[in-house]
Amino acid sequence: MSDRSQLISTGTPFQFDKERDAEFERLVKRYPTRESMILPALWLTQEQEGWISQEAMAYIADRIGTYASKVYEAATFYTMYHLHPMGKNHICVCRTLSCWLRGKQEIVDYLKDEIGIKPGQISDDGKFSLEEVECLGHCGTAPVVQVNGEFHENMDVDKLKSLLATLK
Amino acid sequence: MEVKILSAKFDIKDAHKIKVAKEHGAYSTLDKVFAMKPEDVIELVKNSGLRGRGGAGFPAGVKWGFLPKGTGKPVYLAVNSDESEPATFKDRYILVKDPHSMIEGIIICSYAIGSHDTYIYIRGEYTTQVKALQAAIDEAYKEGYLGDKVAGHDFKLNVTVHRGAGAYVCGEETALLESVEGRKGQPRSKPPFPAVAGLYGCPTIINNVQTIASLPFIIANGADAYKAYGTEKSPGTHLFGISGHVEKPGMYELPLGLPLLEVIDKVAGGVWKGRKLKGIIPGGSSTPVLLPEEAKTVTLDYESMAEHKTMFGSGGIVVLDETVDMVHLVKNLIDFYHHESCGQCTPCREGLGWMLKIIKKILSGDGTMVDVDLLRELCDNIEMKTVCVLSAACTMPVRSYLDKFRHEFVAYVTKNDSSAAEAK
Repeated sequence: MSDRSQLISTGTPFQFDKERDAEFERLVKRYPTRESMILPALWLTQEQEGWISQEAMAYIADRIGTYASKVYEAATFYTMYHLHPMGKNHICVCRTLSCWLRGKQEIVDYLKDEIGIKPGQISDDGKFSLEEVECLGHCGTAPVVQVNGEFHENMDVDKLKSLLATLK
Repeated sequence: MEVKILSAKFDIKDAHKIKVAKEHGAYSTLDKVFAMKPEDVIELVKNSGLRGRGGAGFPAGVKWGFLPKGTGKPVYLAVNSDESEPATFKDRYILVKDPHSMIEGIIICSYAIGSHDTYIYIRGEYTTQVKALQAAIDEAYKEGYLGDKVAGHDFKLNVTVHRGAGAYVCGEETALLESVEGRKGQPRSKPPFPAVAGLYGCPTIINNVQTIASLPFIIANGADAYKAYGTEKSPGTHLFGISGHVEKPGMYELPLGLPLLEVIDKVAGGVWKGRKLKGIIPGGSSTPVLLPEEAKTVTLDYESMAEHKTMFGSGGIVVLDETVDMVHLVKNLIDFYHHESCGQCTPCREGLGWMLKIIKKILSGDGTMVDVDLLRELCDNIEMKTVCVLSAACTMPVRSYLDKFRHEFVAYVTKNDSSAAEAK
């Protein structure tokens, strides 16, 4: 697993945009404690910015009224929170059992060659980031690749080629 | 062999929309439910024999009965939609294709247990699924099935979706609760069990999506209609996920109790590419593997699996053909569980790490018989020495591969170890 202990500062203050602000206010009423908003607030931040900065964590702690360490604890524990900017197209390849049995390695190898990065890296032009992830819950249509949140099932190298061509 | 109870609306176009779902009977059980006493609903579910579909198979109605009475505290319902056990991919069909049956089930359960707040915990990776689920919930609010007066009855119910963010351990029910409370997903020591002190220290029931979605059928048709499917001790139907080396992998709804090999042949099209069967993982990656010979007498129910020293689990069946290298497979499994260890208990955090180092050494060709035996010994020393069963979810299957395919491990170390050649 990549190092999840380093926070990156943007040097500028963070705040939710109007839409996220409204969603935060809608959700906070649903929980008896404000700390339950830590995970939802981290998601709102990531939706807005693509990743979660040091300033964003401080903002979330402030907004919730809790310690920054509690936000940091959750942000670093849960691996789907990005603690640094990712590629414009974030590609996740499932590496677990059923996808492994049905050829996920060919998919990873092809992507390595084609994009020129290993899992865990971001391409120099910032266009792609690649990650091998644990079971994505699409075992019946393995191997599966998730690009920017969209699932692509029953993948093979040909399908991957056409998929990459559509990514800008 | 297939039946359509839970999946009855899966093939109907736009059944995820409330208008279409209602045309096909969604929410039609509510008047009946609200006319019943809550304890009678619990009794009905008990009588149906419905068992928890998350993996443990605990009777749902009995679980509800554990809630203490008159505590003065709110009661919470948490719906477990974490679905992270490798080879498990059933609940997302409900979330996307027929979410209203689950929402109807939530209403039924909430009324029975006296709860007014439900949290649906959905795994973070389910990006498209969470949108579909939220859209269905929004529609249910708009149509008056959720909110201050559920379907016009004097019953308030709020349903909130809580997204996880990539931690397998949050499928464990107390880790799930920790996560809803805003902390890292580290399981709690039990007792107290969640029914007594769960979410925010209040009585809490945690049920799997499929368990909840089974309720409308039981209310509409009665316990006997549900028990007409399956076996005496494992009644009803289950969404089975069949993956790996079969011709037709996919999700199939089947009554419990069917012969495993027949299901693989007739439903999933048999082992792919005309190859021979090498092994079957019966209920998700944490369940001990079955040899083809053993599988001959296995039926798809909780009791038969236990008799064969494995588990029904989540109904995620993985078929392994003759080409599978079991040592590599074990490395893939250990990698997963080691990555997903929450880090709370030393035997799991460190032990699974050691298991990973050892299996890598064996695979690299540098291993000896000592490593093979050490791996087996580690399984015994890690299991049941941790707060939750994540470590056992790794050691139980690994032990089964070491015992049933020992020769493959031995073959990897033979060239370094003359004693291994004899052991072979």
